[in-house]
Amino acid sequence: MWFHSKRLRWIVPWLFLAPALIIFTWFKFVPIIKGLFMSFYKVRFSGSDQWVGLANFERALSDSALHAASLNTLIYVVSTTIAGGIFAFAVALALEGQARHIRLIRTAIFIPAVTSIAVLAEIWRILFYPGADGVVNQMLGVFAVGPQGFMSDPDQALFIVILMQIWKNVPYNMMIFIAGLASINRELYDAASVDGASAFRKLWHVTIPGLVPAFSVVVMLSLIRGFRVFTEVYTTTGGGPANATEVIMTNIFKAGFERFDYGYAAAVSFLLFAFTVCLTIVHVSVKNRIDRT
Amino acid sequence: MKMTIPQRIARGLVYALLLIVFCGPFWGILATAFTKNTVQPGQLVLWPSNPTFDHFIYAWSEVKIWIYLFNSLFVVAIATVLQTFVSALAAYALARKKFRGAAIVSLAIISTMMLPDEVIAIPLYLILHAELPLLHTSIYNTYAAMILPVVGWAFSVFLLTEFMKAIPRDLEDAARVDGANELQIFWRVVLPLVRPALGTATIFGFLMIWDQYLLPLIAVDDRNLYTLPVILRSLRVDEVLQQNIFIAVTVVATVPCIVVYLLLQKQFNRGLMSGAVKG
Repeated sequence: MWFHSKRLRWIVPWLFLAPALIIFTWFKFVPIIKGLFMSFYKVRFSGSDQWVGLANFERALSDSALHAASLNTLIYVVSTTIAGGIFAFAVALALEGQARHIRLIRTAIFIPAVTSIAVLAEIWRILFYPGADGVVNQMLGVFAVGPQGFMSDPDQALFIVILMQIWKNVPYNMMIFIAGLASINRELYDAASVDGASAFRKLWHVTIPGLVPAFSVVVMLSLIRGFRVFTEVYTTTGGGPANATEVIMTNIFKAGFERFDYGYAAAVSFLLFAFTVCLTIVHVSVKNRIDRT
Repeated sequence: MKMTIPQRIARGLVYALLLIVFCGPFWGILATAFTKNTVQPGQLVLWPSNPTFDHFIYAWSEVKIWIYLFNSLFVVAIATVLQTFVSALAAYALARKKFRGAAIVSLAIISTMMLPDEVIAIPLYLILHAELPLLHTSIYNTYAAMILPVVGWAFSVFLLTEFMKAIPRDLEDAARVDGANELQIFWRVVLPLVRPALGTATIFGFLMIWDQYLLPLIAVDDRNLYTLPVILRSLRVDEVLQQNIFIAVTVVATVPCIVVYLLLQKQFNRGLMSGAVKG
């Protein structure tokens, strides 16, 4: 065939790559570059954008609503990463093994991890319904705790949304830990047993060091998911009550799609993007250092 | 390992607690969707007394959830197939060919793996509105606007590239000697050998696309194009549905991902493993 001729061989890989390159270019690379440009403009939907230099970034740095949203995002990220990691580790230890009933339980508790966030949000709103009739409020009633406001209470709302993210992350992280546990060399445990190590010492000296790659994946996934969090908040509280659960992405969304302040929204997006890139670089370099030792 | 009776009881309690926390709510919405007795907002029943399909029938005929179910299934089916196919084509070039620019292309694609889709939402919205080059038409407010942006997914390209690299060159050479051309080698030799990886890419793609929320939100504003995740919030905020019916809609939105997960569990776990082991 024609592409077997030596002169045209070079084109073959590019033909295979073409569909992917077109899609990636138009829907990923162009938006990244366009977003970067937009952040220096006052963007009007009709076109005729106006160059404003660093004004959008200056506004972002002095915007107290964005500061509050960033703080909420940070709280969100730190607590979902730590709690999601620790609970998942504990659950993985409890559900380790290949016995049939354990595999079944693992499959069953994985359901929140594969369910769409929008569905989880509706379930969460039912469970944490603020009235005395709400499922969780009824349970609390058993312990003589009065009905709580949950997502309608500015002091509790963020915590309840965080709890939902943990609920979704724990089964997912657990599966990563299970895979990590399976890859630990059994002989290390046997050697530790021969040396008369206690269960705790085995955990500390064999299991946890063996799970470093798994911890690394779990932390990175939680960090990335956390800083970009949007749907979880938008579908549960929409950022309310009284902006108590506003995060960076809901702030961007509202700037863009409610106030049509596209340039500003693009500038904040770009800051978030730059931050994510830095985070990735830090993670990779830390990982390499750990791998080397 | 032999366990004492108290240890067995403790284990059983831990299992029960985990099942209640992680599966209980799903059982609750399922039971409530099938129960005849109407419930108030915030309530779930533990057992469907007087089981009935009425709420589903109402959701189907009056709320017309078939529109949104169709939209979701249509988008996810087309997008998953395209995504896996486009990724496999690209992976074939990256894994099996040596050519100038290969390193740059693969770096560019992999780098989008760390790019949260959310941060390009604003420019993407404007790009979806803009006319496509050459075609002079905008895809805003069409299925294509929900499908095309998710077709390029670095994870799937990366996964398939890794698997295709592992295929021995002899197999390819043998086919070439028999006179097979590039497309035949791709289709008849390489793809069948990476079938497990295709399964993994497909299920991860399916779940990722089904879960899309921000994209349909910015890609369409015609309610008749909404997907199930988007319509859920809209039904709660804009319409006052009787609680059992709303919960029935929620159940409909839950079932497809769970079914797909249960069917393709082995492939799914393999994907998680490869991530965890490689780190």
